[in-house]
Amino acid sequence: MIELKVNGASHRFDGDPDMPLLWYLRDLLALTGTKYGCGMGLCGSCTVHVNGGAARSCVTSMKDAAGKNITTIEGLDTNHQHPVQVAWEKVNVAQCGYCQAGQIMQAAALLVRKPKPTDRDIDEAMEGNICRCGTYSRIRQAIKMAAGVKA
Amino acid sequence: MTRIDFVSRRGFLETVFSAGALVIGAQILPDEARADGTAAPAWQPTVYLGLEPDGRVIVTAHRSEMGTGIRTALPMVLADELDVDWNRVRIEQAIGDRKYGDQNTDGSTSIRSFYEAMRQSGATARLMLERAAAAKWRVPASECLARNEQVAHAASGRKASYGELVSLAAKLPIPKKEELKYKSPSEFKYIGKGLPITDQPGIVSGTAVFGLDARVPNMVYASIEHPPVFGGKVKSVDDTEARQVRGVQQTLQIPPFKPPYAFQPLGGVAVVADNTWAAMQGRKRLKVNWELGPNTAYDSASYKRILFETVRKPQKVARNVGDVDAEFAKGGRIHEAEYYAPMLAHAPMEPVNAVAEFKNGKVTAWAPTQNPQAVQDTVAKALGIKNEDVTCHVTLLGGAFGRKSKPDYVAEAALLSRQVGKPVKVVWSREDDMQFDFYHAVAAMYVKAAVDAKGRPTAWLQRCAFPPIESQNDVAARFGGFEQGMGWSDVPFDIPNHRAENGPAEAHVRIGWLRSVANIYHAFAVQSFADELATAANRDRVEYLLDLVGKPRKLDVQSIPLNTPGYGFDTGRLRNVIEKVAEQSGWAKKKSRPGHGYGIAVHRSFQTYVAAVVEVEIDPKGTVRIPRVDYAVDTGLVVHPDRVRSQFEGAAVFGTSLALMGEITAQAGRIQQTNYHNYPVARISEAPRDVHVQLIQNDAPPAGVGEPGVPPIAPALCNAIFAATGKRIRELPIKKTKLV
Repeated sequence: MIELKVNGASHRFDGDPDMPLLWYLRDLLALTGTKYGCGMGLCGSCTVHVNGGAARSCVTSMKDAAGKNITTIEGLDTNHQHPVQVAWEKVNVAQCGYCQAGQIMQAAALLVRKPKPTDRDIDEAMEGNICRCGTYSRIRQAIKMAAGVKA
Repeated sequence: MTRIDFVSRRGFLETVFSAGALVIGAQILPDEARADGTAAPAWQPTVYLGLEPDGRVIVTAHRSEMGTGIRTALPMVLADELDVDWNRVRIEQAIGDRKYGDQNTDGSTSIRSFYEAMRQSGATARLMLERAAAAKWRVPASECLARNEQVAHAASGRKASYGELVSLAAKLPIPKKEELKYKSPSEFKYIGKGLPITDQPGIVSGTAVFGLDARVPNMVYASIEHPPVFGGKVKSVDDTEARQVRGVQQTLQIPPFKPPYAFQPLGGVAVVADNTWAAMQGRKRLKVNWELGPNTAYDSASYKRILFETVRKPQKVARNVGDVDAEFAKGGRIHEAEYYAPMLAHAPMEPVNAVAEFKNGKVTAWAPTQNPQAVQDTVAKALGIKNEDVTCHVTLLGGAFGRKSKPDYVAEAALLSRQVGKPVKVVWSREDDMQFDFYHAVAAMYVKAAVDAKGRPTAWLQRCAFPPIESQNDVAARFGGFEQGMGWSDVPFDIPNHRAENGPAEAHVRIGWLRSVANIYHAFAVQSFADELATAANRDRVEYLLDLVGKPRKLDVQSIPLNTPGYGFDTGRLRNVIEKVAEQSGWAKKKSRPGHGYGIAVHRSFQTYVAAVVEVEIDPKGTVRIPRVDYAVDTGLVVHPDRVRSQFEGAAVFGTSLALMGEITAQAGRIQQTNYHNYPVARISEAPRDVHVQLIQNDAPPAGVGEPGVPPIAPALCNAIFAATGKRIRELPIKKTKLV
């Protein structure tokens, strides 16, 4: 039996311990804000926070998630008003929007580590998150807005 | 509810749709509850608009949202013309239904085809509300003015809200098109200004519903093993181990397609399970014995040789002006070059997927689709049921780029649901997505020019060959169809002897349209070659391009084969975007130097004129960085400037991906790329850092936006790399060439 916390709530799982956290969140908990994109940790669409740090849920198995605190996009902020979310809306970052939950989770984790990120910090932190629509310049702008640094 | 039969075939709808919009049924909604189970609004003056007595406005978004903002932009046009507050508007996504006209969200046509329809819807309702007020107050309708959600009679000071007038307006006959009065542009509240996109809050909170997020009760999950080579079939399956995987319920076969492949499922073996992971795991344990079929000899390296052999010989003439052969025979200075652009995959972040439920002989589907009417057609054909027995709900699309207008995956879900007896969700893995796409065609091009003393062409010959999209519907198709009008037969240069040719090529995989389609390879060849000629002549690129385009003049279908008649081709507008982008980028002062270069390209597609200047930096390791891209865009009337800009920002990245690193190859008929590690797309550090988009103010009819930003990027980038390194890239992707 695997126990973990998702967005503050306790859950128990007795299925395949190799199941990636991604599919547990999506199919079993119906937390579909976390997206599938590649299944290999290559695209970042599935990014969640595991004990506060950004992690790819598609390559995080349930047994590795045991005992951990998981935060998904749905739980990033009770009112969906995390500074990163607010900035994302102000800048109108999203096009199709599919990768954006992962981008936001990655950016939120970056700002915890580096509250005033440089362009280089942003490149390094966001390099693993693909946006096929190509919203990168607005992602950069929104991160800077959320951090209160000059664009 | 009273039957409201305002829309007649002779009335509203026939006049509403522009060319290209397909209208079969013109009946508005029936009295009874609608197919999707929701109640019809109190008054529905057009198929796109409903009004309630409490003043709520329901606008139907009949086009698919895949990132362009169309679910906001078209309803916004209607709300503006009706003159209602955006906060009162609820947007409802339409199911697939021909009464809405064309729903295929493809070809950058949504605003082009439906701007007028939306305005007409709003103006129709507004006039009817004015007439309802006039009847109520017994005053002439001409004295009543509907503005800002109320109708006012100035002389008497009487006012009534739209909601109060709904029941009266609903009894009136629909006005004729000639009777409608439109707002003047100075009265626009939203058109040309824009609004936050309606889906943005759902996207940032993770609550927006994409196809992959659709859930229905009792749903099971399926993952499908497709034939490894296009056209292959299952010989036999051993599913013993697959069925032992925890959560796997059963395995099922999907029959192979019958040529031509069109949008039919590829066939294969499906593993049905309790969840996606179990289905994928079960699939790994399948032992399938395949009959690989007719395409096992398909090999990208040898196919490339065949394409080049083709373009080195005279081929079918797509357009001819003067006599290039006579001019070449005179001798003089001749330039020749060959270009190659590989297959590409769409690779939207959301792989294709669908939920379908077969029940009582009917199918209900939920799908991220660009084309819900094609879903109806495809599913109905696959199951042998009637088209109207297929209901397709359209979710948000996690990217599409053309892939999701081909609904093979929805038919898979429907076929499986019929066998399973439950709703089935089909999920393609990223590997499925890349290995079984409808690929953007590989293309080879040959260009030859004779030039005068100033380096200006006196003759220009261009040949291309690529497997055509028409192979979807015709197994014998070898020549380009509509692709010809995408930057090949419509090259607008002012050259006295000019011939465009197209040679045959056979398709060995599914071919499909991808964002900007054949414009990608055509613009790459034509705009690269123009740069080569400018180099040979030692002339400034901007000045040279303007010289090639020639004097401002209007081309039409008589003088140049255009893909979409009706808009024409104004070389003055093409010149203008070249001049504007040069000005904006500071071209005159920019001097390329080793490791740092500037390149320009211009291309018109989807009726939009676009010029781009790309700045490139190449470090000593050969890594390419793009600090800046400048665009000048003439797309006619702009409805939503921010979303137009965002489409061009995105197009610069999409163009960068395909230019720098995009390549799909086949070996022994199998696609060799599987995921983002071997089919990379641009990441944040590789994408252009700053994209400046200049929208040229214009009263011309609205043109395409989603696609035309892509074609100029690859040639402008390659031209910039030449300026920085002296290396001429004639084969994409750029990563195959060692730059330092």
